[in-house]
Amino acid sequence: MVAAASGSVGGNPVIIIGGGQAAVQLCLALRKQKVATPILMLSEEAEYPYHRPPLSKSFLSGETDEEKLAMRPVSFYETKDVQVKLNTVVSAIDTVKQTVATESAEFTYEALVVATGARPRPLPLDSAYIDDGHLLDGVHLLRDVQHSRAIKSALEEASNVVVIGAGFIGLEFASVASAMAKNVTVFDTADRVMARAVSPDISSWFEQTHRANNISIRLGDSVREIIGDEKVTRVIASSGEELDCDLLVVGIGVLPNVELAAAAGIDCDNGIVVNKYCETSVANVYAIGDCSYHPNSFYSNKMIRLESVQNATDQARVAAGCIAGDKKPYHAVPWFWSDQGEHSLQMAGLSDAADQFVRRAGATDDNFSVFHFSAAKLQSVDSVNSPRDHMLARKLIAEQVSPTPEQAADPEFDLKSLLP
Amino acid sequence: MPKVTFIDADGTRHEVEGKNGISLMEIALSNNIDGIEAECGGSCMCATCHCFIEDDFTAGVPAMESDEDEMLGFTAVDRKPSSRLSCQIKMADELDGIEVQLPSEQN
Repeated sequence: MVAAASGSVGGNPVIIIGGGQAAVQLCLALRKQKVATPILMLSEEAEYPYHRPPLSKSFLSGETDEEKLAMRPVSFYETKDVQVKLNTVVSAIDTVKQTVATESAEFTYEALVVATGARPRPLPLDSAYIDDGHLLDGVHLLRDVQHSRAIKSALEEASNVVVIGAGFIGLEFASVASAMAKNVTVFDTADRVMARAVSPDISSWFEQTHRANNISIRLGDSVREIIGDEKVTRVIASSGEELDCDLLVVGIGVLPNVELAAAAGIDCDNGIVVNKYCETSVANVYAIGDCSYHPNSFYSNKMIRLESVQNATDQARVAAGCIAGDKKPYHAVPWFWSDQGEHSLQMAGLSDAADQFVRRAGATDDNFSVFHFSAAKLQSVDSVNSPRDHMLARKLIAEQVSPTPEQAADPEFDLKSLLP
Repeated sequence: MPKVTFIDADGTRHEVEGKNGISLMEIALSNNIDGIEAECGGSCMCATCHCFIEDDFTAGVPAMESDEDEMLGFTAVDRKPSSRLSCQIKMADELDGIEVQLPSEQN
């Protein structure tokens, strides 16, 4: 716990390493908790914090312009007494001296919040790289605004687009490219799209929908080799078939940025290990957002890592509470969304344990939800163009109220009537 | 430029200038109005840009679509007949002078 609200506070700041959703929400939550300590945000990025979700969707399509990406105006940080240092790489954390070091400076913290996020998993294919380890021209990852700007610009000239990975990012991007009348092929080694995230029914619906929009989807297939001297020109599939390609986007998941914390002796696993208060193994150091490996109280305190706006926001509140001396555990139903073309996919809860999938029909074939049960207890719900089902699912799971599979399957049954 | 007045839960008024085509949510954020949080950034996913627009000011305000309607069932402060999500209302000449009441909590 650090200095309380009253009067002006000098002294050491709360330091946040990272400049994404979690970092901004932490600033907001600390000030809402009346923590008056200065805040120092150290971000590797060249821009003030911005919204990431549009980067694979509306920013690429031109619907959201650059100006609208900013999470807050620059004046916000001044107003909230947050010093933001951009283009700043933290090289080490000393948890004994309570300092963080950059190449040119050392800062002492009152409390440290690690919100280093994640980075795209690199493509494990030698032919994707030129001699110095850089990606071949025309081959792109998609995580930050610079990636997205590069892809947006490449899309203007591109004709034949290849996507490696049929996850959210890959399919969102494929939908944008296809709407721009590009010839789009998506590869995934799994036997269905979004296999790690959604139920088979949802995978199948999106696969058919994307195919109907002229996106070629090649499941159980991968890119074996990328051809091009200075710029990608073709790819060779596992089958040996060659495809023309002038823009290749890779979306095969992310790796949590744990190295800095690990080097400081903080426990790491599939992310920086934290307890239900977002506290790491070291006193006065918290980890929040995509980089944190944390227990979820709705799922038997199973340790998970989530890449979502919801998790970044809710964990920021938990860490801010601890710093303010108002310690409350993380207790949140995970939720996610993915906009693919005209269609909205919304997910509530975690589905790994599901042993039964029940479809709840909507007004048309394009509106439905799949309810996931484990031993007849509701675990999670995937909704297609059905915001009502999604919001109800969030409430049902939060209240730990489960419809029966029969009730879920009956569109006439009013799920709201189950809520207290 | 058209004007918008945001009114905090405690009655404090903030009169700011809007720009046509920009949502009330974005206008609030760009003017550092704390009563709007907008966690999802205007995707109609989080209901943390909840506001109230009373009858005197609803002329010219676009009708609600179904996703906004559903999301309003999930606000921190209970929904009222005047409830809207400020990310779904874009500024226009007809809205000049609009008063937007903010709830005490967004999450």
